[in-house]
Amino acid sequence: MSRIRTRFDSLAARRARALIGYIVAGDATSGPGLMRALTAGGADVIELGMPFSDPMAEGPIIQRAHERALSAGTSVPGVLEQAAAFRRVDEDTPVVLMGYLNPLERYGCTAFAADARTAGVDAVLCVDCPAGERSPLERALEAEGLEKIQLIAPTTAPGRCREILTHASGFAYAITLRGVTGAADLEVEAVRARTAELKALSDIPVVAGFGIKSPGDAARLSEVCDGVVIGSALVGAVGGCDNAEAAAVQLEMLMHSYRTAIDSGNPA
Amino acid sequence: MRNEPSAPDSEGYFGEQFGGRFVAETLIAALDALEAAFEQARGDAAFQDELNAQLATYVGRPSPLYFAERWSAQLGGARIYLKREDLNHTGAHKINSCMAQALLARRMGKTRIIAETGAGQHGVASATAAARLGLECVVYMGARDIERQKLNVYRMQLLGAEVRAVESGSATLKDALNEAMRDWVASVENTYYIIGTVAGPHPYPLLVREFQSVIGREARAQILDAAGRLPDQVIACIGGGSNALGIFSAFIDDAEVALIGVEAAGEGLDSGRHAASLGRGSIGVLHGNRTYLLQDGDGQISPTHSISAGLDYPAVGPEHAWLMQQGRAQYVSCDDAEALAAFHALCAGEGILPALESSHALAHAARIAPQLDAGDILLINLSGRGDKDVDTVRSLTP
Repeated sequence: MSRIRTRFDSLAARRARALIGYIVAGDATSGPGLMRALTAGGADVIELGMPFSDPMAEGPIIQRAHERALSAGTSVPGVLEQAAAFRRVDEDTPVVLMGYLNPLERYGCTAFAADARTAGVDAVLCVDCPAGERSPLERALEAEGLEKIQLIAPTTAPGRCREILTHASGFAYAITLRGVTGAADLEVEAVRARTAELKALSDIPVVAGFGIKSPGDAARLSEVCDGVVIGSALVGAVGGCDNAEAAAVQLEMLMHSYRTAIDSGNPA
Repeated sequence: MRNEPSAPDSEGYFGEQFGGRFVAETLIAALDALEAAFEQARGDAAFQDELNAQLATYVGRPSPLYFAERWSAQLGGARIYLKREDLNHTGAHKINSCMAQALLARRMGKTRIIAETGAGQHGVASATAAARLGLECVVYMGARDIERQKLNVYRMQLLGAEVRAVESGSATLKDALNEAMRDWVASVENTYYIIGTVAGPHPYPLLVREFQSVIGREARAQILDAAGRLPDQVIACIGGGSNALGIFSAFIDDAEVALIGVEAAGEGLDSGRHAASLGRGSIGVLHGNRTYLLQDGDGQISPTHSISAGLDYPAVGPEHAWLMQQGRAQYVSCDDAEALAAFHALCAGEGILPALESSHALAHAARIAPQLDAGDILLINLSGRGDKDVDTVRSLTP
């Protein structure tokens, strides 16, 4: 059974929700320290961002982290090394690589999938390769037994959800409403409805993410799905630190506050 | 309708691989809605009538075809004809597509326009079309470009648009495009995104090409009228490639007509400072489509350079990638110095200030015309006027 499945099953058995932390590879450090800080603070799954020069779907905080990582010389090979270093010290926590298609195709999809597998990566989320587009990536991931995380948008029509889920494994990532209509109550109801819809179509877990800021928001959203992803809040904290040691302390404290909020909202 | 030999398939691909919709899932529904509205408007006579009326009375179409007799004689070879897109309202071909897209936006019930701009020409055209239809307008522009193109920033503001500076990445056109996409993800309910060139996710490459094809339809009829036959070569500059596809599209079926796209070689193709995506790039995915890109060995997008801000872009429309692969169009390049020389030649020889973008097409014509004879006809798309470039030219001319 995959690490992701094992982790979600064990959470379900405890009636707990998954806490997923996102940081950008090569931001502040090329070692596994920040990933370990996330798990020490209570992260169940780690999403590791792969730096790209043009991260179209990211907000300014995460975009700046991509720029920092690129100036530090991190690209796909560095991401894989960092994931491998983490895997040597943590055999159980699932690692999802999240990034953009062009650097992966340049590396070679087949080579990327094979090397990711070897590094102990569990799944890949390619932001700008939505279900059905023509790229060798999906087949390459399947060939190596890597799981394919797919995004579902608030605007995604029901028929399209069905199509996306045929290309998805691991978990489905439901993007929360935000921007003009992003009142927190509305988000919770939208995620509740979307989760029910996805659960009717597939048995993979559903997590919510994009723009979840406070521990309180994370707790309320986690009540209506299987887990939440925290990104900008963590990446912003890393950006505000002078060195990797300080960032690790910050990340662990932050993750712990989300963990506490989520677990008290969902008593075991 | 004329047949469309280079139309994308139903999934938005030209040939097997170029084009597509390589965007985050958050934009898929918006692109579906745009595609449906575009297809419907395309077949609606009332929309076409409204567009044609705006093109005639507001944009100033048809634009003339002009025989550059003195310049042809100076070069001593082929007869050179210029399609005068520089005479359009706002000074370039950009307004053709902006006016059409603004009408489409209104038809879709959108009240807000966003656009990205490099040199500012597409921003000015978008702001103009938005003002004409009473729509709110926000233009994203790289902070470095804002510094380089202050006059156009002020023009957009006079037209009622808000210009938002983009500080991320290289703070140029590609970063402005990223930022406009981010805005659109959050605002799609009331916002229409006017992309300025034949790039981006499907249906934009098709839609912009369609709205620019008026250039080629007019030019084909005009050259038949003026010269009694089709040209031997049609020449246009290539940034994203919208003016080139606008004029090429009418001649694609005419196998005897050579189609030549001219990219910006900047300080030279071997200098590393150029914008020749087709000439020196490789296949990749950026801004929603698979095409030729300037990228490094890690697949990160490379910085570009051209004397002309409108050509300073690391990718190119997917249809050009396909036309090159098919061998239907050829792509060459001219460097900054050649473009500048052609700029001066047309100013002095014909009394026309060409845009530095268009000067790349002129420079290629100047290179080949002397080897041809007076029986040969070159048709050049003079895509914009050079008033905006006067400061740049002055600073570069000793």
